[in-house]
Amino acid sequence: MNAPSTGSGPRAIPDRLEGRWTSLFKSWETLLIAVAIVVFVVNALSSPYFLNAWNLSDATFNFTEKAMIAMAMALLIISGEIDLSVAAIIALASTAMGVALQYGAGTPELVLTGLLVGLLCGAFNGWLVTGLGLPSIVVTIGTMSLFRGIAYIILGDQAFTGYPPSFAWFGQGYVWWVISFELVLFAAIALFFGILLHWTSFGRTVYAIGNNPVGALFSGVRVGRTKFILFLMTGLMSGIAAICLTARLGSTRPSIAFGWELEVVTMVVLGGVSILGGSGGIPGVVIAAIIMGLVTFGFGLANVPGIVMSIFVGLLLITVIGAPMLWRRLKREHSA
Amino acid sequence: MSKLLKSRELLLAAVIALLLAVIAWRFPGFVRPRNLANVFNDTSILIILALGQMMVILTRCIDLSMAANLALTGMTVAMLNAAMPGIPVPLLIALGVLLGAALGAFNGILVWKVEIPPIVVTLGTLTIFRGIIFVMSGGAWINAHQMSAAFKAFPRTPLLALPVLSWVALFVVALMAVVITRTPLGRAFYAVGGNPTAAVYTGIDVGRTRFAAFTFAGALAGLSGYLWVSRYAVAYVDIAGGFELDIIAACVIGGISIAGGIGSVGGAVLGALFFGVVKNALPVINISPFWQLAISGGAIILAVAFNARAERRQGRLILRNREAAA
Repeated sequence: MNAPSTGSGPRAIPDRLEGRWTSLFKSWETLLIAVAIVVFVVNALSSPYFLNAWNLSDATFNFTEKAMIAMAMALLIISGEIDLSVAAIIALASTAMGVALQYGAGTPELVLTGLLVGLLCGAFNGWLVTGLGLPSIVVTIGTMSLFRGIAYIILGDQAFTGYPPSFAWFGQGYVWWVISFELVLFAAIALFFGILLHWTSFGRTVYAIGNNPVGALFSGVRVGRTKFILFLMTGLMSGIAAICLTARLGSTRPSIAFGWELEVVTMVVLGGVSILGGSGGIPGVVIAAIIMGLVTFGFGLANVPGIVMSIFVGLLLITVIGAPMLWRRLKREHSA
Repeated sequence: MSKLLKSRELLLAAVIALLLAVIAWRFPGFVRPRNLANVFNDTSILIILALGQMMVILTRCIDLSMAANLALTGMTVAMLNAAMPGIPVPLLIALGVLLGAALGAFNGILVWKVEIPPIVVTLGTLTIFRGIIFVMSGGAWINAHQMSAAFKAFPRTPLLALPVLSWVALFVVALMAVVITRTPLGRAFYAVGGNPTAAVYTGIDVGRTRFAAFTFAGALAGLSGYLWVSRYAVAYVDIAGGFELDIIAACVIGGISIAGGIGSVGGAVLGALFFGVVKNALPVINISPFWQLAISGGAIILAVAFNARAERRQGRLILRNREAAA
């Protein structure tokens, strides 16, 4: 989506394109912030319960776990791949923690199990995509069934409960006043991925791969290794989300986090990451996550069922992606 | 190329036959014609949907909204039937097909005219369709006793040893075989998916072809919507939830390349049948149905790995169809 990639056609040489693109990109996040403020004000005006520190703190639980995965997913999508198995990794990691609990694992072992399963699942996805050279969208549909399927084989219609209180802190604990552990963890993760993507050479290679994998390869970027690391990170984030979610719910069922993969992808795309790869950034995704959390919470306060909100999110997704595309198309037809 | 395709379908057919042979060795009842007819009938809706999805995937797109489309049209015809039992069933079916086609056309327009990537479009419409069902029905169920007898009876009516549902699936298979192999539109699907840039230079309108694929897929989803609610005699918000990925999985197992341009009607049917045989065989051979998800996941990965080996080409990127916009 960056300027240099419009390689074909008579307008191949970018002239002042760079400046306009950056400004458009900037205005994207400005737009998201404006949407977030509107959502916030509308909520505050429509419900007397909204502007309450504890209620707002509760609202953050609507998005923190998904947003953690969205951070890693953003990098993966920028690199031109996708992982639809993230929710299934949560299910498998949560089930593994439940099994570990049955064998008498304490809190440190439970956390370790969750992280390890997340990493292993990510490594498996990464190996299938980079090692065998398979398209990630189908591979992760397959692993999505496989991972959740294993959770179903282990659990069936049963559930694991009885997690220790020290473990529950990861999902229910507060660091200071209304600031939950999950929120702090999410902030740290967002900061990490923001720096990684925008301020390191690794981040530059992610953009390079997304824009032109063959070109990146010939420029000496280790495309396969980079993608493998991104799958590993996405798996790890899913493992961390599994720990938080399991701790918050206090139980594991195989249907845990069902359908989250699409919500995470929606968050990333809404945040301004191009599904075609090569463009987008962490700040936009963070704001998009907050918007989705606020909308869910606001609708909840107004007694609007969550599924009605999904109409709103779906329309938002299509409008927000479609408007610039339509605008560009009209402009192109105008100038042609 | 056609030889290769044929051999791949033969291989899948052999795998299914082997599967049946292994089951028959312990449970001969499973392969009696009557039971096999039941398995086919049970898989009919998946076959219809897989054929719709196949057209979309051939053009290098993907439709994640098929199951939601099915649920929305299913709920609409069920509510119409509950409110006005006088409406004849054929008219309801026609309405379902039309509504499904309209929903598919909505996807198609967004892909064609607005140029939003298909995965984003259908991700959006998937949630919108489900939301509309909830708004429409208020979250209520339409149960068997609210549906008219004729509405429920149609797919079950036996006709020449098979229920009508099976005949509908066979009819759709025949129709699709003709459309795909004997019409310019069918050729265009392959051309657009195989090489969008070359398709443009041969005078094929890439966007319009994709629009046609989405509309056809929508029509088949609409047809399945009626068949689903009448067969299971219930309609609620979450019917066929998660089924969109089963449909894609059936296509992938059937050898339809997600990169576009490769696949056949026979492959899609066999891919769906593989699912049907596994699903129906598990309870028979005393394996918990909870194994089904993991087995289909493993089958998808194996099928993709196998297909990739057979069609390895340089520089295929599924999420990038920028060149097609030229």
